[in-house]
Amino acid sequence: MNSAVTWRNGESGGGQGQLTMFDWVHISMPPAPAMFAQLLVGLINGAFYAMLSLGLAVIFGLLNIINFTHGAQYMVGAFCAWFLLNTLGLGYWPALVLAPIIVGAAGIAIERLLLRHIYGLDHLYGLLLTFGLALIIEGVFRQQFGSSGQPYAIPPELQGGRNLGFMFLPNYRAWVIVASLVVCLATWFTIERTRLGAYLRAATENPVLVQAFGINVPRMITLTYGAGVALAALAGVMAAPIYQVSPLMGSNIIITVFAVVVIGGMGSILGAIVSGFALGLVEGLTKVFYPEASSTVIFVIMALVLLVKPAGFFGRAA
Amino acid sequence: MAGSGGWNRVLTAVLIALALAAPFILYPVFVMEALCFALFACAFNLLIGYVGLLSFGHAAFFGSAAYVTAHTVKVWGLPPELGILAGAAVAALLGTVFGWLAIRRQGIYFAMITLALAQMVYFVALQARFTGGEDGIQAVPRGKLLGVIDLSDTLTMYYFVLAIFLIGFAIIVRTVHSPFGQVIKAIRENEPRAVSLGYDADRYKLLAFILSAGLSGLAGSLKSLVFQLASLTDVQWTMSGEVVLMTLVGGLGTILGPVVGAFFLTAMQHYLAQLGSWVTVVQGVIFVFCVLVFRRGIVGLIASYAAGGRKAPGIISEAETTADKPAQARAAAAPGAT
Repeated sequence: MNSAVTWRNGESGGGQGQLTMFDWVHISMPPAPAMFAQLLVGLINGAFYAMLSLGLAVIFGLLNIINFTHGAQYMVGAFCAWFLLNTLGLGYWPALVLAPIIVGAAGIAIERLLLRHIYGLDHLYGLLLTFGLALIIEGVFRQQFGSSGQPYAIPPELQGGRNLGFMFLPNYRAWVIVASLVVCLATWFTIERTRLGAYLRAATENPVLVQAFGINVPRMITLTYGAGVALAALAGVMAAPIYQVSPLMGSNIIITVFAVVVIGGMGSILGAIVSGFALGLVEGLTKVFYPEASSTVIFVIMALVLLVKPAGFFGRAA
Repeated sequence: MAGSGGWNRVLTAVLIALALAAPFILYPVFVMEALCFALFACAFNLLIGYVGLLSFGHAAFFGSAAYVTAHTVKVWGLPPELGILAGAAVAALLGTVFGWLAIRRQGIYFAMITLALAQMVYFVALQARFTGGEDGIQAVPRGKLLGVIDLSDTLTMYYFVLAIFLIGFAIIVRTVHSPFGQVIKAIRENEPRAVSLGYDADRYKLLAFILSAGLSGLAGSLKSLVFQLASLTDVQWTMSGEVVLMTLVGGLGTILGPVVGAFFLTAMQHYLAQLGSWVTVVQGVIFVFCVLVFRRGIVGLIASYAAGGRKAPGIISEAETTADKPAQARAAAAPGAT
């Protein structure tokens, strides 16, 4: 990356950095409001990284499958909200509950019908199978909607924003940050501090032993996959008013989330949350100081982390 | 593929005769495209089939080599043979860096790391000036091979592509059957044991990765001359997925499998081209089908029948124990989570 690199605003392939409204910030020391605005954008992106990598980590923990379909399921969550609005007239708040349930149920069907057949195989087959599923889902939506985005309005309760003195904070974005933090911490609490979570962690360590203690491990696996998928759909609904609802929104973000997972390591739930938010912020900061690198910075960090700490910040040594 | 040497020789002769006659029977550009992808898939198969490493980022090597060849031939005015060498060299160099980083992790992480690194290359290609962004590099001249042979003639270009493919294919076959090939297969089967026998596993993996990347680059360079175009499609993650699918359909870890898979999928894309995004859906369905019930692939299945392994109902469960897939041991060694 040097001066020969140009930054193209608003390109469709701009990955998760679709928030290009502030890309005019090119000067080396930007004014404070622009910087805070970029940090906010980074925090929002980070919220979605965190929620998605959290779901990936939960699923991987129990199923030993890297769920490549996660991005597609996030996209389907957003489309589900769009459908609920445009066919049934159900707004944002019902969609926030219904979309995760619908997509989660579809996830359960996928687990029962397809994934369970490959548990005995090398983990790589799980990646290949879910990759194929992602292609199918994305292809169907692209056939139906092309690659252009569908608009989804911010719910009336959260329109507008407030002036914090140093920057303007849109209400919806504040809501996304708070809500995603709550969701992440609730997931962490469920897994680390409740009885159900204890079963889950035990089954991750040694499923055979847990089964011998009378716990229905296959059902737990099914429900865990459903919950992870529902988490992705929830993120999709929350993302719908910010990004446009587009068939490509999932595949653009999922690869970045993979890098986030490699950086954080999949050994810990809290690690997934922290690295998600942190990397979103880093990406936002990069957009302020060196916008050309903002789409690649997470991958560069991944390479550096692999050099010094191959297992990731929160992972166990291989 | 433990068939007798005589059979293999007959098969090779028949295939080469078919390849020589192909441009008179089929649309030559289609066969050239299929040959480029066949070389790409064979190079990819060297990693997944013989070292047991699933790279999900091979588009980076294919695409960057395509860009380098297109740029050096069109802007610098290099002759085609040097442009292709430059492309393959850059891909091998990129492979050295990516391989060096990625072999620090195994299994599933290896796949994610290669995918992420390739995505980085995609973003660079999207932004860099010399790649032409969304337009790509168009109207790349094919030039004159060694300053004499005019490649703009389709039939001449076809035999040039065929020659390069055969050279690349021969390198792969030779590698697989060399002592080096035996060592990487040993690492695939049981890495700790290979290490305990004194083999530096990481060095072998890296060498295999570089070779695979360089040959993928060769395929990409060739493709950019055939279509006179290098574009973002060549570096996108979908391209990485396609090469995985070609190899999977043909048969992981078989010599001819990737070639069969490449022809199969290229033909499918030609026939389904007017269906738009349904092509992606069909590819996804084939992926799911292959993983669930057809893990041996076309060639793998034929080979097992030829070997007399006619255990009809056991094909699926048997696939887990045969050597045409990454070792189970690797799965067991993969790091767990919480």
